[in-house]
Amino acid sequence: MGVLVHENFEFIVQGITGREALNFTRECLQYGSKIVGGVTPGRGGREVYGVPVYDTVREITAKRKVDGSVITVPAAFAADAALEAIDAGIKLLVIITEGIPRRDASMLIEYATLHGARVIGPNCLGVIIPDVCRFGSLGGPAVDCRKAFKPGIVGVMSRSGGMTTEICNALSAAGLGESTAISVGGDPVIGSTYSELMPLFEADPATKAVVIYSEPGGSSEAELARWAKENESRLPIVAFVAGRFMDEMPGMSFGHAGTVVDKKVDSPADKIRRMREAGISVADDIGDIPRLVKERLAGAGA
Amino acid sequence: MRFYESETKKLIARHGVGVPKSGVARTPADAERLAGELGAPVVLKAQMLAYGKARSDTVRTAATPADAAKVAAELLALDDGGRKPAGVLVEKRPAATGEWSLAFTYDGTAKKPVMIGAAEPGNVEDIADRDPSKVVRRHFSALVPFSDYLAKEMVVALGAKSPDVPKMTAAVSRLAQLFLRYDLTQLDVFSLGRLEDGSFVAIDARSDMEVEGRPRQKAILAELGIAEDDRRLVREPTPFEIEAAKIDAEDPRGVAGPVVEFDGNIGLVIGAGGGSLTLTDAVRRVGGRPANYAALGGNPSVRKAQRLTKLILSKPGVKQIAVMSNVVSNTRADLVARGVIKGVIEAGLDPAKTIAIFRVPGAWEADAAKILEKYGVEYCDRTVSISEAAKRAVDKIGR
Amino acid sequence: MAMFIRVDVDQAVIRKTPGLAAKLAESCPVKIFKAAGDGVDLVEDALDECTLCDLCMQASPEGVKVVKLYEG
Repeated sequence: MGVLVHENFEFIVQGITGREALNFTRECLQYGSKIVGGVTPGRGGREVYGVPVYDTVREITAKRKVDGSVITVPAAFAADAALEAIDAGIKLLVIITEGIPRRDASMLIEYATLHGARVIGPNCLGVIIPDVCRFGSLGGPAVDCRKAFKPGIVGVMSRSGGMTTEICNALSAAGLGESTAISVGGDPVIGSTYSELMPLFEADPATKAVVIYSEPGGSSEAELARWAKENESRLPIVAFVAGRFMDEMPGMSFGHAGTVVDKKVDSPADKIRRMREAGISVADDIGDIPRLVKERLAGAGA
Repeated sequence: MRFYESETKKLIARHGVGVPKSGVARTPADAERLAGELGAPVVLKAQMLAYGKARSDTVRTAATPADAAKVAAELLALDDGGRKPAGVLVEKRPAATGEWSLAFTYDGTAKKPVMIGAAEPGNVEDIADRDPSKVVRRHFSALVPFSDYLAKEMVVALGAKSPDVPKMTAAVSRLAQLFLRYDLTQLDVFSLGRLEDGSFVAIDARSDMEVEGRPRQKAILAELGIAEDDRRLVREPTPFEIEAAKIDAEDPRGVAGPVVEFDGNIGLVIGAGGGSLTLTDAVRRVGGRPANYAALGGNPSVRKAQRLTKLILSKPGVKQIAVMSNVVSNTRADLVARGVIKGVIEAGLDPAKTIAIFRVPGAWEADAAKILEKYGVEYCDRTVSISEAAKRAVDKIGR
Repeated sequence: MAMFIRVDVDQAVIRKTPGLAAKLAESCPVKIFKAAGDGVDLVEDALDECTLCDLCMQASPEGVKVVKLYEG
């Protein structure tokens, strides 16, 4: 099991001939993912590692079912690419592109919602169910990806794509493995937040615990804390908040666009307090995460 | 990117919402003259970005033109993150018969723009902290054009009297529209005042434009006289930070930035958004003093890594660097290794002695290991945790 | 000077296939090849940027060889 994707998940790549997209297209294919087409206007008729390239999304969806799209076009064209995919009937979008203004992000997410589509990102690396399906650019080349991500019991959600792999690597090394890992995106407005994805993990029999990586900025940790208090989840949650040094530097932005301490709710200290009050274990050291997961699982009698 | 209040007021006036009569004084004499023209008493506002500063420190009143000169001299001497204030906004404060506060921002939970208001002046966030029941929230849309009824429901909920509803609705609606139009991330009207004649005026205001929106907001930025390289950071960037920003801007492949200068001895070439936050915390946790913050990610080109490395090594007091990252996915360990080694050699140094640690596991790690081996640099693989890597770096380079 | 990557090109092979030079120039994501008549020039500055994507060698298995200078 796992969430969002599955063994027969078939997807396309918008912006497939770009430097990054070429890399991860090859990596996904090596991993066994089913990429059924790519889109780059002006490059229709070409092939990339055996994947046919088209000028429009509809040329692909007219011929076959497409479950998802990975969008890696430059920021100025990203909203357009997302609307194209949604109008072509695609229901799950991973938007890797960084630097999309939040007005555009908000617009395209609302459009997606109205059309029953879900957006992961922007500014994320995508979704992976280890050894089953990799949808996006998590993990690098297949050989490295298989080292970091192992099938297992922890659902992972992270605002940082890089830290998704780091944390999963540690969970795999500790013998826990991952049910599904989702890089949710580092922007201030993203399509799917922790609290919206929690019910998916809740309903997934393969998931026995959830690990959250978070950063300063935004209200998604407060929202997760609220969710955890209101829903009697069967899943223990372990969180880590990076960027504690930023508490000393209000207004400065580090890391992702969404990472800034401006309002009270933005501060790591406030996030940690809220999550602990809601029964979420917060690791002080990044290396403590696997141990805390094991402790919580033992405590839950699992 | 924060606007000065005088600029925010220009945006507001441009969209048909009233603002107080005012002028920007560059000198105390200017302020005295303006106070005379506007008619004292006047309010003087230091034009500062003032991140993390209380408004009470930057806004004063003056009873007479002479007083205005004296107050302006004090305000012009304030420190604004290494900058001097960009003048003093001298305003004739209109007599209001009622005041409201409004804020426009994005709500990451609803993923929509939201307007927040209260029937008293001030910072809406603070009012909400003190008494949430006083605050009215209303989401709107970045997809569908703003509809006036949303503003109307908002002003009615805020207790506007029926005869005032049309004019106040128009003001709130225009504010919401300009918030969207200019890619603002935050628009605060600390005081929206109702005047004797029933008109509405934005008395105190502040706004921020999203940096990512700047490329498509060139026209308005030019109209406000804001140069492309005016970044409006929390504090004035150091020459080191300016150089780093240049390195990033000159090559679109990958991201090297933000780079922020600290005063420590450990040169950090560290990876990506989250990894950099985690690694900076980890270095500090074991007593290390970073010379800089850097975020190298998004699969940077070899050249970008090379130039950033050389820059960090040029910083006085930095003799060694720690090259560390989370387990990388799209950023490639081999390309980082190539760039870092080129940068060290270009700086005239020996990679084996200068690179204290190279912990970049993940994509293309086998090639990275071969590259490092050739230059005598120890490669740490994924079995060395972030915490352990940080500790080794600090032990080697010194606290 | 490139420190990590060398690209060996057999210009005779490239010239034999019409359009191959242009294809190499277009397919390389880091622009190592520049079409020059029927053959290709190498852009020295771009060599160390090579991502080992193999697209050039796929386009001309006989004409192009990418060599990692840090191996062997």
